[in-house]
Amino acid sequence: MSAIAVWAEVSEGRYKKPTLEALTLTRQWADSLGLPVWAVVIGKELPTDSQQVLGDYGADRLISILDPQLEPFVNSAYARALSELIQQKAIRYIVIPQSYNGRAVAPLVAIWADAALFSGIIGVPEKEGEGFKARRIAYSNKGFEWVYTAHLPLIVTLKANAIVPAKNSRTPEQESFSFSPKAEDLRLKPIRVEKIATDKVPLTEAEIVVSGGRGLKGPENWKIIEELAQVLGAATACSKPVADIGWRPHHEHVGQTGIQISPNLYVAIGISGAIQHLAGVASSKNILVINNDAEAPFFKVADYGIIGDAFEVVPRLTEAIRKYKAQHSH
Amino acid sequence: MKVLCCVSHVPDTTTRIQFTPDGAALDRTGVTFIINPYDDFVLARAAELKEKSPTTVQVTVLCVGKNGASSADSVDGNLRKALALGLDEAVRIDAEAKDAYYVARQIAAYAEGKNYDLIMFGKESIDYNGSQVPGMVAALLGLPFISYATSITIENGKAHLTREITGGKEVLECPLPLVLSAQKGLAEWRIPNVRGIMQAKTKPLHVLPPVEILPRVRTLKHEPPPPKGAFKKIELDQIDQLVEELANKGLI
Repeated sequence: MSAIAVWAEVSEGRYKKPTLEALTLTRQWADSLGLPVWAVVIGKELPTDSQQVLGDYGADRLISILDPQLEPFVNSAYARALSELIQQKAIRYIVIPQSYNGRAVAPLVAIWADAALFSGIIGVPEKEGEGFKARRIAYSNKGFEWVYTAHLPLIVTLKANAIVPAKNSRTPEQESFSFSPKAEDLRLKPIRVEKIATDKVPLTEAEIVVSGGRGLKGPENWKIIEELAQVLGAATACSKPVADIGWRPHHEHVGQTGIQISPNLYVAIGISGAIQHLAGVASSKNILVINNDAEAPFFKVADYGIIGDAFEVVPRLTEAIRKYKAQHSH
Repeated sequence: MKVLCCVSHVPDTTTRIQFTPDGAALDRTGVTFIINPYDDFVLARAAELKEKSPTTVQVTVLCVGKNGASSADSVDGNLRKALALGLDEAVRIDAEAKDAYYVARQIAAYAEGKNYDLIMFGKESIDYNGSQVPGMVAALLGLPFISYATSITIENGKAHLTREITGGKEVLECPLPLVLSAQKGLAEWRIPNVRGIMQAKTKPLHVLPPVEILPRVRTLKHEPPPPKGAFKKIELDQIDQLVEELANKGLI
């Protein structure tokens, strides 16, 4: 019996958006091949809502790999668990979310399970001749690439925000898979996690991102960005120059060398749109550019553009959204 | 301590990317190739380690690639630039980088048995953005792998590291040897000085044949991003309509 396995990553005790996206893609791929979906959960214990959430998003079976030593996350231990499962059950297709931890796990599994790896695909793999092809973003958002392999097993990692999570409810059967990490897989020792003190969504997962650049003239002016972000429930970001001169923290820098994002809506305020910045944000589904320079290169990739002074436009936009939300909140 | 820095040879960040008419490959005409910017963090960190302990730290920089037709597409030229940061020797595996698996196997075959304490890569190359090779090399060599590392210090054979995670960072410890991939923060980019550039000219640059490996993944074709039409221009008195439209599209 064969199946498509998906690593249902647990983050802070929960199944977050990257996992729901991966489950959704797995369900679609499995339906195209007539295979069941096995959701694989690795950790110390199973989140209490596992049966419900994984079933809602299309899992036919929930395979739990539980061991006290699997918390906190260590990439080699998780990769070893997945590799053993793949080999013992002769699994041929594996989906992994392209989260930070997914990126740390997938290449190890590719070697240990002797698999081919497509990384950061943005759509369901399609049959092509003897093998599969899939589409991914290449050249830092400046192009797409169709990759192909006839090698099995095949592991794919799914880029964040590439597909919309969709429910496909069923009741998964449960199975546990016995595994204990060996000492050599636990050489790397996590000491502690330092979260950036924020109640906002992480940048990489945010559906809406409000971003500011040098056009804002100084860090004291970020209030208008924060207020717009707040009314939108958005994450805030900034351009590289702004982070480099210390107006904003480095963890907000999006672009070629910063964080790469692809939200549903990216609002760029006072950012000219240098090619390095676009490389980090151009896969956003919708881009609204606010800039007083009508010649700013950012307008070339914009869906919506407001040519005007940010200090005038942004508060009016914030107010208009607040008003709209108040009128439509019931 | 022996350090191996692995670098990619990629189109300059400001390049307008164009593909050959059949989409099979990048159109290299007029393109300047540079060391992948994330790999520059790794070279800078290696240069810092070398500066601190010049006699005990040995740094090799390695690239899998073939020299292109022009001086703007020369792997050897870029390796010399890396050496100019004060590193010891360069190695070029003389083969086209066919896929991540192929490259990882080449690097692992080179590093096998040479007892590197630290093998460093950028977190991804800015051409294929795969983030695959560093982890594959670690798995092939049986070494721990730290992805998206933003700092590393070494004391008594043990590394203290931080890595980027969703919404924050993780602090870790790991005995050497290890493999890491670098995110911004690992070190500040460096520009070689004249003395470094002069010295780099006579440093060893070994060109080695590849080992025979079959790649696993191939590119069927490339596509440029869909052309974007003109943006919808919103006047100041149309902001309410914009909000309405964004809401109707389910964006806000």
